[in-house]
Amino acid sequence: MKYDVTITISLKEGMLNPEAEAIRRAIAHLGYGVDYLQKQDQYRITLDAVNKQEAEKIAGSICERLLANPVIHTYVIEVI
Amino acid sequence: MRAAVIQFGGSNCDRDVVHVIEEVCGADADLVWYKDGLTRSYDAIILPGGFSYGDYLRAGAIAARTPIMADIIRAAEKGTLVLGICNGAQIAAESGLIPGVFTINAYPKFLCRPAYLRVENTTSPFTRLYSEGEVVRFPIAHKEGRYIIPADELSRLEKEKRIAFRFCDEAGNVTHAANPNGAIGNITGVLSEKENVLVMMPHPERAAEEILGSADGKKIFDSMIAYVEES
Repeated sequence: MKYDVTITISLKEGMLNPEAEAIRRAIAHLGYGVDYLQKQDQYRITLDAVNKQEAEKIAGSICERLLANPVIHTYVIEVI
Repeated sequence: MRAAVIQFGGSNCDRDVVHVIEEVCGADADLVWYKDGLTRSYDAIILPGGFSYGDYLRAGAIAARTPIMADIIRAAEKGTLVLGICNGAQIAAESGLIPGVFTINAYPKFLCRPAYLRVENTTSPFTRLYSEGEVVRFPIAHKEGRYIIPADELSRLEKEKRIAFRFCDEAGNVTHAANPNGAIGNITGVLSEKENVLVMMPHPERAAEEILGSADGKKIFDSMIAYVEES
């Protein structure tokens, strides 16, 4: 069965993200008061699995092996 | 010494490394296209700089998952010397050859300039011709060179003397001002547990001849050659 899965990769909390900080400052330059900004990567993938649990497990394996680096990232998987 | 210099799609310092090994240091080097795999044994394997796979996903992440990296990890486990330079360092970190990760610079722009480094380890096959605390000057050229490692693993690296180079000023002081990319502890060269893998963001191959402004980097290749000839 085909499953659509959304994977969101974030930097671990407290980790310096210079790109997000530059974007936050640019928003401030437009006159908006933004105290916190986090930039995440989101992947939408379609995969074959026998059930929802297996789809989640496969997506987790893809995260562990490629999409996320455990030193700096956390990830959230949502099977749609 | 016979070295393999691995070419990935987007490597661009491969020929410079071959030039230094062959023409400057008088050893042998083969260019190896990553799809061809390692077809013979080598004394040393060099992962050169460049922008493999356009730095997509994370610098080095995609090259780290190519099949030739499994060959290289196996060779490293058997004691073959592996030197990862710049993008090669990012690839080696992504493949788990050394702990930690090289990520986007604290000030997120591409840096291309000379940097002073303090030699912290003089026992490894790559650094044995330097003296401890020696200050050397190598070019850096990267946007994702900020080394990060969890605190417990960092103290292990320090305890095991596996930090090869730290950014410093001309006098050898390791200061915040002398840290171009925000790397933890100014670290920019890391050794594996058995000291047969060295990864570093600065480019020794661009500092191997006086005509280029510094020949400090030649000692890395000469150290490797001396180590291979002794063993």
